[in-house]
Order: sequence, then C-alpha cells, then structure tokens
Amino acid sequence: MDNLIIAGREFNSRLLIGTGKFASCELMAEAIEKSGTEIVTVALRRVDIENEDDDMLSAIDRTKYLLLPNTSGARSADEAIRLAKLARAATGINWLKLEVTPDPYYLLPDPVETLKAAEILVKDDFVVLPYINADPILAKKLEDVGTATVMPLASPIGSNQGLKTRASLEIIIEQANVPVVVDAGLGLPSHAADAMEMGADAVLVNTAIATATEPAEMATAFKLAVEAGRMAYETGLSAMSKRASASSPLTGFLREQ
Amino acid sequence: MLDLNFKFNADIRTILAEKGLDGDGRRWHQRLENIHPGNVEMALSEPAGSYNFEKLLTLISPAAENYLEEMAQLAHQLTVQRFGRTIRLYAPLYLSNYCTNSCRYCGFNKENKFERTRLTIDQAVEEANIIASEGFRDILLVSSEDRQFVSVDYLIELVGKLRDKFASISIEIYQMSSAEYAELFEAGIEGVTLYQETYDREVYTYYHPSGPKSDFDNRLDTPDHISAAGMREVGLGVLLGLTDWRIETLALAEHAHYLIKRYWQSHVSFSFPRLRPAYEIEGSQFRHLLSDKNLVQMITALRLCFADAGLVLSTRERAELRDHLVKLGITKLSAGSKTNPGGYSGHSGAIEQFEIDDIRSPAHVAAMIKQQGFEPVWKDWDIAFIR
Repeated sequence: MDNLIIAGREFNSRLLIGTGKFASCELMAEAIEKSGTEIVTVALRRVDIENEDDDMLSAIDRTKYLLLPNTSGARSADEAIRLAKLARAATGINWLKLEVTPDPYYLLPDPVETLKAAEILVKDDFVVLPYINADPILAKKLEDVGTATVMPLASPIGSNQGLKTRASLEIIIEQANVPVVVDAGLGLPSHAADAMEMGADAVLVNTAIATATEPAEMATAFKLAVEAGRMAYETGLSAMSKRASASSPLTGFLREQ
Repeated sequence: MLDLNFKFNADIRTILAEKGLDGDGRRWHQRLENIHPGNVEMALSEPAGSYNFEKLLTLISPAAENYLEEMAQLAHQLTVQRFGRTIRLYAPLYLSNYCTNSCRYCGFNKENKFERTRLTIDQAVEEANIIASEGFRDILLVSSEDRQFVSVDYLIELVGKLRDKFASISIEIYQMSSAEYAELFEAGIEGVTLYQETYDREVYTYYHPSGPKSDFDNRLDTPDHISAAGMREVGLGVLLGLTDWRIETLALAEHAHYLIKRYWQSHVSFSFPRLRPAYEIEGSQFRHLLSDKNLVQMITALRLCFADAGLVLSTRERAELRDHLVKLGITKLSAGSKTNPGGYSGHSGAIEQFEIDDIRSPAHVAAMIKQQGFEPVWKDWDIAFIR
C-alpha cells in the first residue's frame, strides 16, 4: 500500500483517531494502539494543553503519534484562531485540525468562517486540516488558500450514518490536489472501507470506536477495514468502473466498412 | 428597510398561552390519562432524539410508567452516542445570601431572619481556590437577588481573577438585561442557568409574592435575553414539587424547543431540581413532589426528545439515586457542593439555600463515575474561546 503524505510528512496508516467520548484514558490509549494510527486528534477545550501531566495528553505517546490539536467548540474564525495560537505557543505543534461549528446540536462546520480562519492560519505557518461539509467548491477554495488536506464529513458527527454525502464526496475526491480525509459519521468498519474504496486518502473515526463495548477490538476492525478498502482501491475496482464497456459495441459496424 | 421579524413565529408567552401551558394545563389531563400502551410503543419505535409535542406527551403519560426500562435503555444509548462515555463535573460557588425576594420555597427568603453573608472578591477567590484544588475547572457562580453587591462590575472583577483557574465559568443569579448579559459574556462568562421555577402563572404568583422576581412574564422572557446576548449555554428548569410535573415538563420542553429554533447558536440544558428542605422550610409542605420513578420518566423522556441537550443533576439528590442516573442520560453532575456563601473555607456558618443530600467529596463522586464505566470530565471548555 502507498503511504499517506500530508504536508510532506509520510504516514503508514490511513486511519486518524479522535479522542473524545472514551470511558477512560486507558481504553483510549489501548484503542489508539490497536488502530495502528499515527495521527491522533485532541480537542483543545478538553485538555490542559500547557500541562504535560494532563490525563489525556499523557496517555498519548508523542514519540509514536502525531498529536493533532483541534478547535472543536469554536463558533467563529476568531475563536478558532485564538485557540490555535495558544496551543501552538504551549506545545510547539503547528498542525491543526480546524473546526468551526457554530451550531451546538449537529456540530456542522461553518464554511464561511472556516475558509476565513484557514487563510489566516496558513499565512501564519500552520499546517491546516479543515473539517468541512462535503462541499466541492469549498474544498477547492481551501486548497487554493493552502490547506494541507480537506476533511469533508460523511454524515453529521456522532451520527454513525455512513456516507450520506456520497455524491459530493466523489466530486471532492475527483477534483482534489490535497489528501481527502473523510471525517465524521463513519459508524461501521464497512463505512470506512466504503470511503477508502471510493478513493478517500484517509478517514477519521472517533465515536464508533470510543463508544463501542470493546474500543480496542473496534479499533482493530477499523484498521483492517481501512487497509482492505485502500488495497481494493489501489488494485482497481473493475466493478465500479464508470466507463461503459458494452458487450455488443454500437460502433462495431465502422470496422466492417 | 426590510422587516426581518417575519422570520419569527410567536414568542414564548404566546406559544404557552395558546397551548394552555401557562396555567394548570387542565386541557391535557384527560389526554394524558387516555394514552394507552400502544401509543407508548409507537412513540418508542420512532427514531429517538427529536422533539415533537405528541411524543413527549406520550412519554410522560401514566401509561409510559410501565415502559421505563425501555425508555432508560434508549436514553442511555442515545446519550452515549452523542456525549460519549463521559460525565462533566462542576461546582457551585455561592456569593451572597442577601435577597430582595421572598420566594416561599427558598432559605434565602428576605423574610427569614438570620445573619446574611456576602463574600468580598478576595473571599470569593479563596473559596474558588478550594474548589479548584479539588480538581474542578468548571464553576457556577450563584447568588440570591443582591444587585447592590453582586453587581455586574463585581462579577466582571471576580471573573478576571478566576479565569486562570477555570476553563468554564457560568452564573446562576437574578435576572438581567440582554446588555448586562452581553457584558458578562464579554468578560468570560459562557453560560447562564435560570429556572422558570414554574410555568403556571397562578402558582408562580403564590410562591413569589414580592420582589423583582415576582414578575412572571419578565422571568419567562429572560432566557431570550440570555441567548440574544450570545451566551453559549442556557440552563432551564422547573422546581419540581410546586405543581404537576407532567404539565411543567410539557411547558419546559416547549420553551426549550422555542429557544433552540430562535437562537441556533445557544446550547440548551435542563436541570431537575426537586425541592429540598431549607431554613424554616419542611420538605413535606410540597404536595407535588415527584417520585424517583417519575423523575426517571421525566429525565429519559426529555432525553428521547432532545438528543443533544445537557442534562444536569445537582447534589440535591441522594448519592444512591445519582449513581443510577449517571447511566440514564445525565451529562453533568455537581459534587461536593456547599450552598452557603463561604461554605468551602468553613469560615462562615452562613445559612444555606437548601440542604444537599449527596455529601460525598468530588474525588469520591469521580471514582463512582469511573466505576460505572464513564470518564469524569473536569474540563470541556476553554475560556480562550471567549477572550
């Protein structure tokens, strides 16, 4: 399998893990390990970023995983930028999962504020991975301002509904020049495999693993699903070809002339 | 200029009046009685989590009392999906028990003769330090109606001194104007809890005979002011025990639904304060106190109608019951609370607002949460969002 490359950095795993909703830091650490992930995202609002002894932060081995702070909870570009800068000042990490979600119920991302924040943060030398709705135009605009990826949602976060935005995701993947990480709504390993078969470069999973009865087992299941989906994609999915290959050619007569 | 008011439907007063929910709710009594098991089964087979009036009416009916286990299972599942296996912890800090109101259920009633206490900023910070040392990063500043002393300026100064220690600061104090709430939000206060106490006008008038709080309509409009000021969290609740909990639950849900539609960026939470004995107040005087069974019914019914609402439980309830409720949809607990100003440092023997029941330490409550398979969350906010 090819490696995933984000902002020039190579990763063996194409599964990113979120850290919310776990019953304990021990269960979270175990799930992270079993998932084979190399990128772990942490909500800045949940941790004491300046404190190395913070329960959640100390459960994530920074020598093995890229810690990807996220701005979950920010309602505007200003809030997200403020939080991002504080986090970078405290940790030296300049990677950022940008989340601007003004609606507290479905936590859907605000396209206007996300684009605004992304542009400012990229100019300020952040490696920005923005969480977005599956909007192909927005994805291109973000790419234009220099984000390292785009992270479109499969369905509302925490909903476990799978690829409800399929048609738009296909366009985003087709048009993207940066890695496309499908984020949010992947409730089953088969959803993750589905996204990978479609050609997503990676997926991010949190709720489905964190709230499973055995998070570590579920993390393994997602790891295998992501690998299977990617392998199938790289091999080429003949059955999914969009090209017509008719068994009775309509233009055969031309050869007979 | 285009009139933008067209986009809003009726205000909350009109909604409650039209539905007959600002009085004794008589028109719903027969409907509630008529709901049969088939209706409950139908309501439970709908996808859980979204609100409609008929569904809530069904789930709080006497017939639904026989479906509490199913309601509890669904509420648990939905809460774990939306909030994860986590419970947030917070502590209240009482600032003053001077009061200009005479609410009949409250120990701070101005008619009660006892020596009143107000914390200076330094005393409040000292109390807050104790709360912080117990692990809390989420604090609720509470005060009686003491506008002279616990003023907007006082709160702004205090918040300035608490910001380094607390990730989340919210208030539960007397009603304010939208402009005042906006000032407090700017200073770093992110949430306001304000119970309507009761949605029944007559009962409200009886229990609030004098003082600024005696104006029912103003009370009812205040969550609008809170949300319009940009506050992130708006806490709603009724004092359980003043009147029929079923009618109150319907009104409460209508209020929440209205706020969610109108102020889409504010997050609504519900509290479930059952009346407690207080200074010169016997618990037995409240005729409408609801049973544990009905409390569970109310909590789970609201969860099944509001998937993402915060559900808050205080130390008013006894330890054993709180342990069980952790798994039934509750998302936030207080612990180790003192309900009198100066209570944490123990310097003052001030009168408390009500007697708490669960007297376990915060560490003990956190251990209980872990034992239940949940993560106790001390911090789930960052004041950097606001300033």
